[in-house]
Amino acid sequence: MNMTLPKVRVPYLLLLPGFAFLFTFFILPIANLAQTSTQTPISGGDTGQYEQSFAFSNYVNAFLDNREQFARSFVYATLATIFALAIAYPLAYAIAFKAGKFKNILLVLVVAPFFTSFLLRTIAWKQILGEEGFVVPTLRSLHLMGQQTTITSTAVAVVAGMTYNFLPFMTLPLYASLERIDPRTIEAAGDLYANGLTTFRRVTVPLSLPGVVAGTLLTFIPAAGDYVNAAILGSPNTKMIGNVIESRYFKIVDYPTAAALSFTLMAAILILVTLYIRKAGTEELV
Amino acid sequence: MATEHPLSPEARSILGARISRRGVLAGAGGLGAAGLLAACGGGGSKSAENSVRWGNWPLYLDFDEATKKYPTLEKFSTETGIDAQYFEDYNDNDEFFGKVQAQLKLGEDIGYDVVTPTDWMAARWIRLGYTQKFDLANIPNAGNILDSLKSPSYDPNRESSLTWQGIMSGFGWNVEKNPKGIHTLDELFAPQNKGKIVVLSEMRDTIGVILMAQGVDITKVTEAQFMNAVDFMAKKISDGWIRGVKGNEYAEDLTSGDATAVIGWSGDMFILASENEGKFDFAIPESGGTISGDNLMIPSTASAAGKANGEKLINYYYDPAVAAEVAAYVNYVCPVQGAQAEMEKIAPELATSEYIFPTEKTSSRLQVFRSLTPDEETSWSEAFQKAQGN
Repeated sequence: MNMTLPKVRVPYLLLLPGFAFLFTFFILPIANLAQTSTQTPISGGDTGQYEQSFAFSNYVNAFLDNREQFARSFVYATLATIFALAIAYPLAYAIAFKAGKFKNILLVLVVAPFFTSFLLRTIAWKQILGEEGFVVPTLRSLHLMGQQTTITSTAVAVVAGMTYNFLPFMTLPLYASLERIDPRTIEAAGDLYANGLTTFRRVTVPLSLPGVVAGTLLTFIPAAGDYVNAAILGSPNTKMIGNVIESRYFKIVDYPTAAALSFTLMAAILILVTLYIRKAGTEELV
Repeated sequence: MATEHPLSPEARSILGARISRRGVLAGAGGLGAAGLLAACGGGGSKSAENSVRWGNWPLYLDFDEATKKYPTLEKFSTETGIDAQYFEDYNDNDEFFGKVQAQLKLGEDIGYDVVTPTDWMAARWIRLGYTQKFDLANIPNAGNILDSLKSPSYDPNRESSLTWQGIMSGFGWNVEKNPKGIHTLDELFAPQNKGKIVVLSEMRDTIGVILMAQGVDITKVTEAQFMNAVDFMAKKISDGWIRGVKGNEYAEDLTSGDATAVIGWSGDMFILASENEGKFDFAIPESGGTISGDNLMIPSTASAAGKANGEKLINYYYDPAVAAEVAAYVNYVCPVQGAQAEMEKIAPELATSEYIFPTEKTSSRLQVFRSLTPDEETSWSEAFQKAQGN
């Protein structure tokens, strides 16, 4: 009889390390952030000295001051997600169904960019899209681009950078979903006189939906908070909310506004993602 | 003896193109640099009786590519028996401050016995009591500091700070696109540079240069004058003249052709010019340029032994011969009297460089941005950040 009691505890014990981790590195920082977000400067204090005064107006001011960058973040993240989906779907489809013996090599190639730092990859794009890179002179010589037009320091470069950097996050879940589709369902569709397109639309796509949802979330969420691409590939006119938070925190040393902006961003992403999952209506997300 | 903590060889080779003080994190001026790479920095090791831990900007000390060692630092260790631990993890003033502030407040060891903040940040450290006064008996060479650097407003008697290197800012340009050079703001904002101008993210340098061009004395600048200059910059950004407000990575933009004219730092431009066969040039604007310095200081949290060793280290680098050796590598303004004569011996062509040893006439054209009150610091930098879209 005594044997059963420890057994009941086992799952909890197993959960303990994970829980301790989450508590230390998620709950505590979040609590600290919440606490900071309602502080105001100590009058007569030095740069970076704040005291708690429950100034919830920080949230209103922070949001109203930076509406433009919030909007831009969500627009860029949405665009990057759409482009990533458009590129990754055929790619994942080809790897899952058409690659044959090259399947593993192709998968390694999808993951290969991860072997170098995110930062270095983005700096590399700056060179590629730069004046003396490959793209700009080519487009100019084909008269597809004016002599004074540039690619870097534009929204195009920022969205392209984000699309590229988050592409593997889209491709891998899509591949996992597509690969798991039972080929017999596709054969069955053929047996029922569905042509290729109809099979794809009525069988493949619905069955890959969990991958689409997972991929779009894995792309959209980090993209909305991203500041690396905008910082390296963008200009002052393409700053995203991540750049504002960074500058508030490190440059202006305005911790409360930085914290309030972080919370607002987190809430906005949470709401958008909840609506999206509801709408997508996938019961199984994995 | 000396323990080095350089960047990994891969990182060094990738980033090697921009040998300059704030170079490494280039991407980062806008990135809070270090956010990403700081994690691999050092610091934090335990202090010991016979060691000194120095946090400095990347690529800001003579480095031998072949041996992967810092020759002058090695020599210091051999001569004194002090284990000098060198950390290249000073990527951004604000960010470094943010990282150690809490520990300074609590009086806990921050992992450094010597730090190197820029003037205005040095002023903040001193104001907040986060530094220790030097025991000048340990630094007999302190008297070698250039007269012009002897009494900054934040430390009039140089009791707790000594300049590491001085940094001039002015105009840098691509010689092909600007054959006549750039000496005024109008020449900077000339049609051939439209959309290809990058200015520094260091507020005091960029706005300082603009203010001086507008005839304002930056040692006495008022809020209205400052905001006016910020508006000028914001207008140039929204009209598409300025493509970026950046830290060191402006050097990269110049080499890639994305930028043809900049407000930049002398040392960077010097190296760019020498690496690209004179394709780039630098000048102090007709209306004057700014000069600032990075300062060696001992944090309040350093132990007595750490402090004494730190003082010995500072003294060592104020030896003219050592200072010349460093200057020959970093190419910034050398703060040590007598180094010029020493430079004649090791690199005569650099001994006459106005970038390293500015003459009286050149120095008179450089000014130091006045120190700001905490309130000004917040509201002015807020305005400067907003102007660049943040």
